[in-house]
Amino acid sequence: MCLGIPGRVVEIEKNVAKVDVGGIVRDISLDLCPDVSVGEYVLIHTGFAIHKVDESEAHETLKLLTELAEAI
Amino acid sequence: MKFIDEFRDKDLAKGLLQNIEKTSTRPVQLMEVCGTHTVSIFRYGIRGLLPEHVKLLSGPGCPVCVTPNQDIDLAIALSRQKDVMIVTFGDMMKVPGSTSSLQKEKAEGKDIRIIYSSLEAIRIAQKNPDKKVIFLAIGFETTSPTIAVAILRSKEEKIKNLFFLNSQKRIPPALYALLQSEKLNVDGFILPGHVSAILGITPYQFIAKDFGRPAVITGFEPLDILQGVWMLIRQIEEGRAVIDNQYGRIVQENGNPLAMQKIDEVFVHDHAQWRGLGTIPDSGYRFKELYAEMDAANFDVEVEPPREHPQCLCGEVLQGIKTPVECRLFKTACHPENPIGPCMVSMEGTCHAYFKFS
Ligand code: SF4
Repeated sequence: MCLGIPGRVVEIEKNVAKVDVGGIVRDISLDLCPDVSVGEYVLIHTGFAIHKVDESEAHETLKLLTELAEAI
Repeated sequence: MKFIDEFRDKDLAKGLLQNIEKTSTRPVQLMEVCGTHTVSIFRYGIRGLLPEHVKLLSGPGCPVCVTPNQDIDLAIALSRQKDVMIVTFGDMMKVPGSTSSLQKEKAEGKDIRIIYSSLEAIRIAQKNPDKKVIFLAIGFETTSPTIAVAILRSKEEKIKNLFFLNSQKRIPPALYALLQSEKLNVDGFILPGHVSAILGITPYQFIAKDFGRPAVITGFEPLDILQGVWMLIRQIEEGRAVIDNQYGRIVQENGNPLAMQKIDEVFVHDHAQWRGLGTIPDSGYRFKELYAEMDAANFDVEVEPPREHPQCLCGEVLQGIKTPVECRLFKTACHPENPIGPCMVSMEGTCHAYFKFS
């Protein structure tokens, strides 16, 4: 039930965004996550963006995991 | 897909597994609280990849599974009223109530529809002014803000025929109750990433402070889960207990304050009934006075007394005390086509996951 998927915002009109999820564009409510811009990624849950995806944090995590794997 | 595929990388997974093996010296039991984690763990075969002495237990984090019979019975009783339409999330349809299910009632002609988003409930109510549309609203903190938005919008747009049968739950009080149980044998918690996207980190501090258990907020891709497990094992081996955050790309210290504000605008905390766990203080919501006219609990209907199958162990399964294979009905009388308890209904139910993947 708490499934969430990341998607890229391609267009914003008032509190609804068109969000690209793996090539499929859907209308997503921005009522809970209004401060996003086109090009950013949001996490989608039941038709709502519930949080922005922090790209730099994602890269940090992957960098750390790469270092871990290389240290073995 | 971006932010998905990178977190499924096999080489990085191997690195994490080797680190887990290197770090882990003693038997541990870790509980994944969230049903979405349970599904990921089974789908990627993570239990089989971990060292033998690292055990993963499933917890109470499936909103469908913890919905008590009386809420389903009430929805069924309401669906039998004249001019009523029930709308709810797909997973709720097959959940057995005491003597029927929404799916059976629908087959018998009751007006029951599946919605994907709370906003659909508004559109349906607007299109069907002659019906009383009742939304059987379930979910944890991930979903509750979306339901709150629908309530606020319904009020704003002066929709008079939309009501909410509120069966939503709050995760931290359930964890508190679980931790108080003497039967619980868990060394650390894999905390639900998307509940935490809303809640942030602070509401979990009691797990470490009051109960001395470590916990890690964790994402849902295989690398997320493996990293979460590794972070937990490190804490356990080092004798530490803090609330860590593996899922920094989504979860911030203070969560999503706007979403919390929406919940607080329409609800106050109240005790709630959980299947298997009983009544837990503060673990649910009650409508604030201003929105109470939308509370479907005000409908005057007769509801049958709740009855659960005496052999169903769903309650114990939800607390991590028993596993589905210990249930005599598992795979015999109880399977996804004929679920006896709710843990077999939802894709995220532990019994369903065991059935599908083992
Ligand atoms: S297998 Fe079925 S009857 Fe047994 S605990 Fe799970 S849901 Fe209940």
